[in-house]
Amino acid sequence: MQIPSAKPKGDAVLAEITNFEAMAFRLKQWIKSPRPYLMVAGLLLFLAVWYMTTELFKLPRFEKLPGPVAVIREWLSEDPSYGISIYVSEYYLHIIKSMMRVFEAFGLATLLGVPLGLFMGWKKVFRDYTFPIDETLRPIPMLAWVPLAILMWPAREAAIVYLTFLAAFFATTLNTLLGVESIDEVYFRAARCLGSKPRHIFFRVVVPGALPYIFTGLQISMGVAWFSLVAGEMLAGEYGLGYLIWNSFVMVQYPIIVIAMVTLGFIGWASSAAIRFVGALLMKWKVREVSP
Amino acid sequence: METKGNGNAASGRMVIDSISKSYGMGPLRQKVIQDCSFTLEPGKLTVLIGPSGCGKTTIINLLAGYEEIETGSISIDGKPVKGPGGDRLVVFQETALFPWMTLMQNVTFGPRMRGGRNSREIEGDALSLLQKVGLGDFRDKYPTQLSGGMQRRAELVRALINSPRVMMMDEPFRGLDAMTRELMQEYYIRLFEEHRITNLFVTSEIEEAIFLADRLVIMSYRPAQVRTVMEINLPRPREFSMLTSKEYLQYKKDALEILHEEAMKAFSTGTATCVADFLEAYSEIEEKK
Ligand SMILES: Nc1ncnc2c1ncn2[C@@H]1O[C@H](COP(=O)(O)OP(=O)(O)O)[C@@H](O)[C@H]1O
Ligand SMILES: [Mg+2]
Repeated sequence: MQIPSAKPKGDAVLAEITNFEAMAFRLKQWIKSPRPYLMVAGLLLFLAVWYMTTELFKLPRFEKLPGPVAVIREWLSEDPSYGISIYVSEYYLHIIKSMMRVFEAFGLATLLGVPLGLFMGWKKVFRDYTFPIDETLRPIPMLAWVPLAILMWPAREAAIVYLTFLAAFFATTLNTLLGVESIDEVYFRAARCLGSKPRHIFFRVVVPGALPYIFTGLQISMGVAWFSLVAGEMLAGEYGLGYLIWNSFVMVQYPIIVIAMVTLGFIGWASSAAIRFVGALLMKWKVREVSP
Repeated sequence: METKGNGNAASGRMVIDSISKSYGMGPLRQKVIQDCSFTLEPGKLTVLIGPSGCGKTTIINLLAGYEEIETGSISIDGKPVKGPGGDRLVVFQETALFPWMTLMQNVTFGPRMRGGRNSREIEGDALSLLQKVGLGDFRDKYPTQLSGGMQRRAELVRALINSPRVMMMDEPFRGLDAMTRELMQEYYIRLFEEHRITNLFVTSEIEEAIFLADRLVIMSYRPAQVRTVMEINLPRPREFSMLTSKEYLQYKKDALEILHEEAMKAFSTGTATCVADFLEAYSEIEEKK
């Protein structure tokens, strides 16, 4: 009997499909399925209900709300009656201001939270020191931090970023910690018996093993960052989408409220998608392609 | 593959001398291993067989140094074993390939960690071993992209490339379908016969055990003790055609009689969880007769 050669029975030949072909195929399948049409139908239904309640029948309780026609007309107008549309630079100033704040807070939270979480998961002693504190602080709603934030940071700008940072930081740290704890003991054993030193284990087992949870954490962190940011801007802002919403309410410029809300929705969705994209790049091994 | 490590046929003698191990606290404390003694001869394949739950994995953990023995001693080539070390490599019961590394990165992990050789040399060794187990074309795949049998083969290579003094396999082919299992046994026995690294192979399958073994260590049910040691004098290289030879069937009958006794003992004490396997295996050979 011989040593079985390269392609033994049982291992089917692996079909090599390029990424592009796979993507084109998936797109085709998607268009053939009912999903895209349901999505469009759902959106149209939503707009129709919105239009009927606010603009067509002007139902009680809905009559004061801006309708879709008013909002879209204002949004796309070159000469908007309330001063905010896609042709007005101030609109982008608000967007950029909010994005900068989130970027700073989220970046800082990631830079501090991920290493902290990794160490907490890796070194039990470190974890025992910090976990109870983290667990007690984490459930405190962000709005409860507002007075302390203002006391700590007399400059409004810093207070808003600080609030946004806190929320993101707790989410990131906790998920990173859970990520390390999710790594099966067998990988540590395997690494050790193959001759790894502690720092090898940290960089080649702890970090990559925790990565899926870290990215889940970053998505949550991004969500809560936007949440806290808007709350902060409403209370203490001078610029930003949260400020815009609150200010438009006070100034009775209702269509702008909806414009800012929808803008927030789009940016939030885009930032989540960006994190997923980076995650997919770093975790190619999670993608299970054609399996033999 | 060149043998760069410390493994060769002349070394890797492991002596296990009346080791014991208990688990649990206070009144729940239970002896799992009691006064277990056996020897792994250099360059030989020893198979440890016993009913599931009897303590085979525990013995592996003790030999590997992941857990501490209570009494007795373990030594390799005269030196006592303390804690985990690169001279003993374990292929675990469950797959332990790092999912975040490609096959090549997984296989070269050990040599890279130990350092001292350039990566082209290491990759050359790795590739020739991978080709030997039919995985040459899959070097850049991630473990989840491979079938269970391919993962097990990759793990075999990941351990073997380090030329350890002793390799320990904890039911490595469990859970594979019959055909894949047979194929794995073939790959494994070829690699063993080529490299002659001292091997301890744990299984609960009697046919696999006799087909692979130079020496068969049969465990008793709890607390685990060595019940019988059988020398298996089938010629090498082993061939599947031997499975019908008279000698093979005699070994199998002898071993099953002992295992059956153990199973019945466990059954009568009411502690048996997996006795059914053994009764089934036993009745099978009865029918064939
Ligand atoms: N860490 C542990 N703590 C407590 N009991 C354990 C532990 N590991 C194993 N055992 C017990 O020891 C016995 C033997 O287990 P194991 O060595 O895994 O058996 P096998 O590998 O032969 O199936 C089992 O009854 C199991 O419940
Ligand atoms: Mg076991």
